[in-house]
Amino acid sequence: MTIVTHERDAAAAPADWTAVCAVTDLETERGRAALLGETQVALFLTHAGRVHAVQNLDPYSGAHVISRGIVGTRGEVPTVASPMYKQVFDLRTGVCLETNGKEPRALRVWPAAVADGIVYLREEQR
Amino acid sequence: MSSTGPTPPHVVVVGAGMVAHRFVESLLSRTDDAWRVTVIGEEPRHPYDRVGLTSFFAGASAEDLELDASPLADERVRFQRGTTVTRIDRDRAEVVTDRGERIGYDRLVLATGSYAARLAVDGYDHDGCFVYRTLDDVEALERFVERRSAELGRRLTGTVIGGGLLGLEAAGALQGLDVDCTVIQSSDRLMSAQLDLPAGDALRRLIEQRGIGVRTSALTTRLDADRSGRVIGLEFRDGSWERTDVVVFTVGVRPRDELARAAGLTVDARGGVAIDAGCDTSDPRILAIGEVASFGGQCVGLVAPGYAMAEVAAARLLGLEASFGGFDVSTKLKLSGVDVASFGDAFAETPGALDVVYADPVAGVYKKLVLSDDAKTLLGGILVGDASAYGSLRPLVGGALGGDPVAYLMPREGVAAPTGELPDEALVCSCNSVTAGGIRSAVHDEGCSDVKAIKACTKAGAACGSCVGMITKLLGSELAKTGAALSNSLCEHFAMSRRQLFDAVRVSGLSTFSAVIDRFGTGRGCDICKPVLASILSTLTGRHVLDGENATLQDTNDHVMANMQKDGSYSVVPRIAGGEITPEGLLVIGQVAQDFGLYTKITGGQRIDMFGARLEQLPDIWKRLVDAGFESGHAYGKSLRTVKSCVGSTWCRYGVQDAVGMAVQLELRYRGLRSPHKIKLGVSGCARECAEARGKDVGVIATEAGWNMYVGGNGGFTPRHAVLLAEGLDDAGLLQAIDRFLMYYVFTADRLQRTAPWFEDLEGGIDELRRVILDDSLGICADLDAAMARHVENYEDEWKATLDDPEKLRRFASFVNAPTTPDPSLAYTAERGQARPATAEDRDAGVLIAGTTLEVRR
Ligand code: SRM
Ligand SMILES: Cc1cc2nc3c(=O)[nH]c(=O)nc-3n(C[C@H](O)[C@H](O)[C@H](O)COP(=O)(O)OP(=O)(O)OC[C@H]3O[C@@H](n4cnc5c(N)ncnc54)[C@H](O)[C@@H]3O)c2cc1C
Ligand code: SF4
Ligand code: FES
Repeated sequence: MTIVTHERDAAAAPADWTAVCAVTDLETERGRAALLGETQVALFLTHAGRVHAVQNLDPYSGAHVISRGIVGTRGEVPTVASPMYKQVFDLRTGVCLETNGKEPRALRVWPAAVADGIVYLREEQR
Repeated sequence: MSSTGPTPPHVVVVGAGMVAHRFVESLLSRTDDAWRVTVIGEEPRHPYDRVGLTSFFAGASAEDLELDASPLADERVRFQRGTTVTRIDRDRAEVVTDRGERIGYDRLVLATGSYAARLAVDGYDHDGCFVYRTLDDVEALERFVERRSAELGRRLTGTVIGGGLLGLEAAGALQGLDVDCTVIQSSDRLMSAQLDLPAGDALRRLIEQRGIGVRTSALTTRLDADRSGRVIGLEFRDGSWERTDVVVFTVGVRPRDELARAAGLTVDARGGVAIDAGCDTSDPRILAIGEVASFGGQCVGLVAPGYAMAEVAAARLLGLEASFGGFDVSTKLKLSGVDVASFGDAFAETPGALDVVYADPVAGVYKKLVLSDDAKTLLGGILVGDASAYGSLRPLVGGALGGDPVAYLMPREGVAAPTGELPDEALVCSCNSVTAGGIRSAVHDEGCSDVKAIKACTKAGAACGSCVGMITKLLGSELAKTGAALSNSLCEHFAMSRRQLFDAVRVSGLSTFSAVIDRFGTGRGCDICKPVLASILSTLTGRHVLDGENATLQDTNDHVMANMQKDGSYSVVPRIAGGEITPEGLLVIGQVAQDFGLYTKITGGQRIDMFGARLEQLPDIWKRLVDAGFESGHAYGKSLRTVKSCVGSTWCRYGVQDAVGMAVQLELRYRGLRSPHKIKLGVSGCARECAEARGKDVGVIATEAGWNMYVGGNGGFTPRHAVLLAEGLDDAGLLQAIDRFLMYYVFTADRLQRTAPWFEDLEGGIDELRRVILDDSLGICADLDAAMARHVENYEDEWKATLDDPEKLRRFASFVNAPTTPDPSLAYTAERGQARPATAEDRDAGVLIAGTTLEVRR
């Protein structure tokens, strides 16, 4: 499930999207948690200027902490490492790239877009 | 003169040294014509490798040193050894020998080399005083040492006068003969012709480490002898006198231009037969090459320019175009275990020249590159302690460096200097004029597959040998065409160890993550390299953990300055220095814990931990604590944790010193010090050791005589007792020793390496550590002291600084779109009168408590 979203998409169909915060509320290479209804989302702004949204729940520890992990890269892939047990996830797809010997578990991802300085997320049919 | 006359032309060569040998070889290999060559040499030997003379002491025989026999065995050559030319009769075009023979020439080549000079002081020719130039010299030296030490029945003490390249080689040779030896240098540093002062100092330390004494700014005024005429001592200008049993002069060389002078040839004011770029002297029938020749007012005592002249002379005698391009005065010291090289414009004399310097006094390394004013062209450099880059740098002199200068200066296991891309025309072996292209073709066209084959095939590496490293490298990349992976890489983003990265950051002066990774790494980092860089930048720049880009490098604990617990909440540990706390302090902590509903526990580090704080509560909690005078306890950092104490002499009936006072002092001094791993100290008031100080990175135990200091202890996974470093220290001495120990560790340890394993890896163990810290054997103590002074000076409580900065406080919002809403997933249950995280079963059973003020029934 790779969703590549461009800013155009948000402008084209603003109705499906939920505004979450201003891009300026985010910090490059440091995550922030957001509430999407009851659900906790971890938002990241990469060095390349892209916004990514993945679940804040760390599937390995059960704590909602993914937004507090260290952001980086593996090859070309933007990543976040869970601050709890250091599993590493692909921010674009949520796939776990480093399981540290555990079963692979992926993070849910949300399409994210930026329009007029506002970060939008789209609820996906799962 | 044409090579095809009716009678074959006759060349007479005076001198049979290395350059003469090369000349004959070059001449004869370039032509099959019937030349006649007469070589007259004073030494009663076949020409030999003077550059390799010192290997005589390592067991090489006179035969081993002989140069290739074939040129002089050519039927066109007549070689007269043991014969001295005493006069040139230019009118009759003849030379006269000491045997009275007259030999006519069509062309005369002077290759008479140099004399080794002696110091013009009284007693310079006592028995036991030597020069270091010929095989005869070294044979005589060896015989003398053997005889004299047998006579005296003890090890000899030797003195080398002259601290240049040759002097250091001679000192190494004396040491090889079991002589305790000291090098005397009149100027302020060793190798003053090639090295600047800091490089000379670095070299001095390396030489001293090898057990060779060094005395600089020392002028010898007299040599004394015993009644038998053997040297016994020397006197210096300052009036001091040293005993010595053997003396070697290495105070320079003088060109042997006496024949030319007497024959009225133009001789340079500073000595040496003046030649032009064609190696012609003022008499068109006479050429001069090698050390005796003065070109542009300069004689140079190196073999490479001599060889170049030999080639020019040979080519021109055959009517070919050739000219001498000037001197390359690059040099590398051939003293095993001591790496020193100097090349090009080492003193940055070119107008506008810039230099980039890398100094690692810990490792005894000093390196300098001299660049053109636009920093693009390499002009020269100095390498001391690690000259591994010499081979790759020297060919680049005068050309584009084609890479980051710092990359060439890093430690040898560090960033691979971008040498693989040497252009074909780059000169790899300057002794024998072999280019990178020449070596490539030897590999591909001639099938050479090892250095020996390349030496045989191209002569590269067959003279001074300093290019062998470069040849090996080129060979390897040509053969394999694969880049070998570097094993000590931190992670995929940095191909270097923490220590190397530390050095890279220190030398480059970079202060942000982006700048460092752009220059020394790839990508955007990860959870391994980012915290490492955060720690390094903290030591080197002393800025706040959350300043600018620093914030993105921190592990979550450092990022929010608290310890993450299993449910994503945090624990809060205020500093309780030395474990000493007032009742008022206890009340504040109790009140805060109660108001925020936090679980409290006394830690294993003698302080109080409050658990269950939510991200958005941290600033409020800390506001209360800071207002009451508490500060961060750094329970989260790779930094100083605690200094554990016992109650000591203040109360304890056995205590002999104020353990608590010292523990508090130490904790306040080192608080906030970021390091490769956490650091813990302990102070006990007597040998009963109630503070378990010997389980700490630094343990201090009081005695009647003062403090005993132990280092490298560890609890945890692999317990280890700390080892005694020093005894009976006073307070100031203790602080200084701990300052140095900790900084030495911070500068050099690997990522997540505590002091115990670091100490285990330290070469030379506790004795070496003592020398470094207490005797300043590496000359780094001033640096370590300064770094610690900077730390102490710059310390600020990072929680207080955060509370004062609204920008930093933004990151404590629980949700970006609901900043004060608690994490809805947190749930607690009561146990033994306090809250603890709810388990899945607790949640199912619904026995949950929550909220910032929670009621706990007793
Ligand atoms: C809180 C505390 C336990 C307690 O409730 O008493 C504790 C808690 C943790 N210790 Fe510890 N250690 C605590 C005292 C100790 C001690 C005792 C001491 O300091 O005298 C030791 C053994 C002494 C030593 O370090 O040599 C100790 C040896 C370790 C080790 C093993 C280190 C080693 O070298 O092998 C780890 C693991 C590590 O650091 O990699 C560790 C790691 C941890 C971590 C960071 C584990 C983790 O990743 O969550 C815990 C987090 C601290 C927190 O959340 O606040 N803790 N830990 C103690 C805090 C002391 C303080 O006031 O700061
Ligand atoms: C220990 C040592 C280490 C060195 N290491 C290096 C190094 O690492 N790199 C480097 O580049 N250089 C080094 N050198 C210097 C190098 O050896 C000389 O630059 C080189 O040998 C000069 O060669 P040459 O043929 O010009 O002179 P020489 O080698 O001195 O040869 C001249 C010869 O001419 C003979 N001669 C002189 N006058 C007469 C006469 N009237 N009649 C007959 N014969 C005569 C002499 O006896 C001598 O044999 C070193 C020198 C020494 C001593
Ligand atoms: S170590 Fe000595 S001084 Fe300290 S408490 Fe124990 S017995 Fe007393
Ligand atoms: S540079 Fe001296 S042998 Fe190659």
